[in-house]
Amino acid sequence: MPALSRDDVAHLARLARLELTDAELGHYAEQLDVILGAVQRVSEVAADDVDPMSHPVAISNVFRPDQQVPGLTSDQALSGAPAVEDERFRVPRILDEE
Amino acid sequence: MTFEQAVEKFDPVLGLEVHVELNTETKMFCGCPTTFGGDPNSQVCPVCLGLPGSLPVVNAKAVESAIRIGLALNCSIAPWSRFARKNYFYPDMPKNYQISQYDEPIAVNGYLDVEVDGQTYRIGIERAHMEEDTGKSLHMGGATGRIHGADYSLVDYNRAGIPLIEIVTKPITGTGAKAPEVARAYVTALRDLLRALQVSDVRMEQGSLRCDANVSLRPSPDAQFGTRTETKNVNSLRSVERAVRYEIERQADVLDGGGVIVQETRHWHEDTGKTTSGRTKEEAEDYRYFPEPDLAPVAASAEWVDQLRTTLPEPPAQRRARLQQDWGFTDLEMRDVVNAEAVELIEETIAAGATAGGAKKWWLGELARRSNDSGVALADLGIDPDGVARIETLIAEGSLNDKMARQVIDGILAGEGTADEVVASRGLVVVSDDGALTVAVQEAISANPDVADKVRGGKVAAVGALVGAVMKATRGQADAGRVRELLLETLGVQE
Ligand SMILES: [Zn+2]
Repeated sequence: MPALSRDDVAHLARLARLELTDAELGHYAEQLDVILGAVQRVSEVAADDVDPMSHPVAISNVFRPDQQVPGLTSDQALSGAPAVEDERFRVPRILDEE
Repeated sequence: MTFEQAVEKFDPVLGLEVHVELNTETKMFCGCPTTFGGDPNSQVCPVCLGLPGSLPVVNAKAVESAIRIGLALNCSIAPWSRFARKNYFYPDMPKNYQISQYDEPIAVNGYLDVEVDGQTYRIGIERAHMEEDTGKSLHMGGATGRIHGADYSLVDYNRAGIPLIEIVTKPITGTGAKAPEVARAYVTALRDLLRALQVSDVRMEQGSLRCDANVSLRPSPDAQFGTRTETKNVNSLRSVERAVRYEIERQADVLDGGGVIVQETRHWHEDTGKTTSGRTKEEAEDYRYFPEPDLAPVAASAEWVDQLRTTLPEPPAQRRARLQQDWGFTDLEMRDVVNAEAVELIEETIAAGATAGGAKKWWLGELARRSNDSGVALADLGIDPDGVARIETLIAEGSLNDKMARQVIDGILAGEGTADEVVASRGLVVVSDDGALTVAVQEAISANPDVADKVRGGKVAAVGALVGAVMKATRGQADAGRVRELLLETLGVQE
């Protein structure tokens, strides 16, 4: 049933900020189709009496108390950043000129 | 087209989305502090920085606050609720997704009643859901810190992960020309409710309460909804009203000129009082929400919800009506008190020993004037209800008069200490010693024989000039009432 079009893949690639060539679009469309097909098989065994779940273990209400836990210093936090300015992460231009 | 013409010709429909930052100690999914104004990136950890391998855990207090907000908004609390990932690429979320709720929010289907000009409007609440706040970006280079035209941006993640509740109304219809005021009244009522719940600082100027306003127009109340725009960045109560009003006028102009409204995000500009176009729907993100696999669902049991229901405060509108009755204020007086945000201040001043009238006199008079002059909120002026109550007590005892009380306020606001300390250090004591006053009274009479004669002749009102002279001679430190008595006594006049 799954039939992922090249357009779908191009859309997903754009959302994921991946630049794919034409050849790659075809390649990944095929591969993703196989993956979706495999996952689709779950619905063949999932009966109406099985609720969909988002977590592999049937648990709920896993909370922590509202208490501070030491985190990172700003030096530590910024240590892996490619660029830093004024104790902040420096990131490239977000929007292109209009 | 004027606003009046616009609402004559079109029927406005509103939708308001309010984001409120909770006042928990720690963030939604990690133990980092939520304090406002820390050094950049000093309140972060692997979880809120989205570092690989880190895992979020839900803050129990935040869920409690969410449920209490839902209950206070007359919502149903979902017995089963999940978090979802909202996927998008934007550097204010280091994970490249925001943990939010999508199709299973914690609270749904409630309402909040608001009043405008004596009429009650029931605002339907679609949902209230939990999510995390984003980081803060500074846009560098280009003009005026705007993202467009910036060369690069600097990001501080202290705010990333702070618990947020997003409260979304159902379409608000039937408000007509009152639409802007209803919008403002709703955000005000919501702010008061959140404050009463003590779940948030609700400071719009600090961004702990933020409002997005959806506006659309239709030709008549029975027509289908028109295309809406969403105005962001509306960050004061006054702006809510202005932005809705502006957007109604703007859309009416477009529609009247035969144009069409584009579904888009618009940005409110406080300085110009206008909105400008942002993202259009076609460019809008496809967020690909899916259930958050790192978090277990929230199952709010009936017992838990019932227990939280018992912690709800008296609804602000009801509380106001009760206080107005207790204090014996007229509707107009109470409205002034509410508008001045002095309800709690007056309540605490009375609790500290002042009369209702005395508390109101200072907070809405002298102190309100100083608040207006300085642009500092009453509550932040630097004098507390205890101080005001103490001043009132000193006046009632006759050891301060109003003029000296104002000097005491000067002293307290200048950081000279408590009312009693200021009284002591400034030597503010009413001259109540009749001996000292008698001398001043005699002097005033001999210096103003004409006036004295008038008073003796029955023009009692003329005594005011003599009282003034005595007050001047005692540098305002006498009890004016006692001075008047002594003058009349000395002149042999009975009232
Ligand atoms: Zn953290």
